[in-house]
Amino acid sequence: MEETREALFGKTLSQLETVVKELELPRFAAAQIADWLYKKDVTAIEEMTNLSKAAREKLASRFEVGLSDPVKVQTSVDGTKKYLYRARNGKFIETAYMPERNRHTLCVSSQVGCKMGCLFCFTAKQGFQGNLSAGEILNQIRSLPEHHQLTNIVYMGMGEPFDNMEGVMQSLEILTSDYGFGMSPRRITVSTIGIIPAMKVFLEQSTCHLAVSLHSPFEEERRRLMPIEHVYSLTEVLEAIRSFPLGKQRRISFEYIVFKDLNHSPRHVKELARILNGIRCRINLLRFHPVPGTPLQAPDDATLEEFKTALENKGIVTTIRKSRGQDIYAACGLLSTKEQQVI
Amino acid sequence: MKSLTKVTIISNLEVAPGAYVLSFPRSFEFVPGQVIGIAMNPADKPRLYSIASGNKENVVRILYTVKPEGKLTPDLARLHAGDTIYVSEPFGGFICDEQKAVWVATGTGIAPFSSMFYSGLGKNKTLIQGNRFANGLYFREDFEKEMGPRYVPSCTREQVDGVYHGRVLKYLSEKKDLDTSLKYYLCGSAEMVVDVRDLLIERGVPFENVVAEIFF
Repeated sequence: MEETREALFGKTLSQLETVVKELELPRFAAAQIADWLYKKDVTAIEEMTNLSKAAREKLASRFEVGLSDPVKVQTSVDGTKKYLYRARNGKFIETAYMPERNRHTLCVSSQVGCKMGCLFCFTAKQGFQGNLSAGEILNQIRSLPEHHQLTNIVYMGMGEPFDNMEGVMQSLEILTSDYGFGMSPRRITVSTIGIIPAMKVFLEQSTCHLAVSLHSPFEEERRRLMPIEHVYSLTEVLEAIRSFPLGKQRRISFEYIVFKDLNHSPRHVKELARILNGIRCRINLLRFHPVPGTPLQAPDDATLEEFKTALENKGIVTTIRKSRGQDIYAACGLLSTKEQQVI
Repeated sequence: MKSLTKVTIISNLEVAPGAYVLSFPRSFEFVPGQVIGIAMNPADKPRLYSIASGNKENVVRILYTVKPEGKLTPDLARLHAGDTIYVSEPFGGFICDEQKAVWVATGTGIAPFSSMFYSGLGKNKTLIQGNRFANGLYFREDFEKEMGPRYVPSCTREQVDGVYHGRVLKYLSEKKDLDTSLKYYLCGSAEMVVDVRDLLIERGVPFENVVAEIFF
């Protein structure tokens, strides 16, 4: 059986300082290792050539870099690519790369499967199979063939990011730190269905953007779509956001999947205007793309446009997110579900 | 999270291997189906548990299973009567009225339904309870006694007289006379909830009549 060594990739600077201390290496070696891991494209410890040979051997006796290439890719006619990665538990996760002229966005997963059970989500059908470590989250970025072109990262792939705070917050630290990827937090958005205690920690400890899945302003209707509403109601989510000083740079957006004949009536417009009053935010409308077995249906273009106009007339900044990778089900967890069934 | 209050444990009994019922005096009102946060210390991040006892009882009972890698349950399992923990006010909206309905639960997902049951809401309900082994059919004796044929115990890993052998999903898929006009309340693992919800919708239950609670 192949020996599994611990991954260095995904460790924060302070964790690397603990590693070098344990191995009795000089303290400055931690910063050197971080530099190799996050600023240079090394894939093996032996490539860290400013460490002594003895230091590299010591390090390699217990650790490996821990990167893992994607095992499959599907390419859409619109250029979107869906990559499949193998997580360290042997399960599969999906990562969607969406290139545009001036913006190259990567949608990363934070869990294998998901516990949240949203009615419209195909990932939910996998059940929950584990949290991703910070290294596994960051590997989706670093091992992407196009990683040098990335401009934006969104945590909107498989899983609920705020149900894996340890992995997500650690990965955000590495992404935004000078010792790490040095990315601007304004280029990173974390999306949640509204787990309030974790959301508060995120708002306090990170300066990345926040996106909240809304999908209906009415609690009873939202509850049918998203069971989390039973535990953390939308009213309380909005109250938590309102109570937090967001500053001018930080953006709050509300993701709103539009379902045919369900959540786009004048009543919805009026209620959205009421509940979002006083929050500097925008609504991103997403057209629902039916997944197998769902009772929900997709709206047509005219419905989306009418809903957008109605919201804008109420003073709400509203955008329609362009559908990407429809031919490869870029947003739905289908590829990894198929792979999990094969193994 | 709501503020935490110190409570003294009355009992912490192992009711099946690795499964415990912890009880403490009730000092708040709650609606059956609600959850509370529990922590060992006031500064800890509370974990959420459904209340398993009735809303008129003098004690609050919590059903939990020990997760060896868990952040709370290994410590909880070591507690005895007289020890203290910290609990939040109850909250959450997984609630059920007195209308006829079906409850479907697996594992410790039975807790909100046992709370409803012990609060007197079980009179016109059917309860389908599943677990791997029969000793994980928590509160089974009480359900059998009160609900009679409206209680359907099921387990997947052993065959026991009077217990359906198989998953709750299989039981429901084999049920010819599934009443599609009723509300179905589901609580258990994400996988069970999603699979059963899909089945019910496929069989003609409107999705707005499927009410799901999740663990996380």
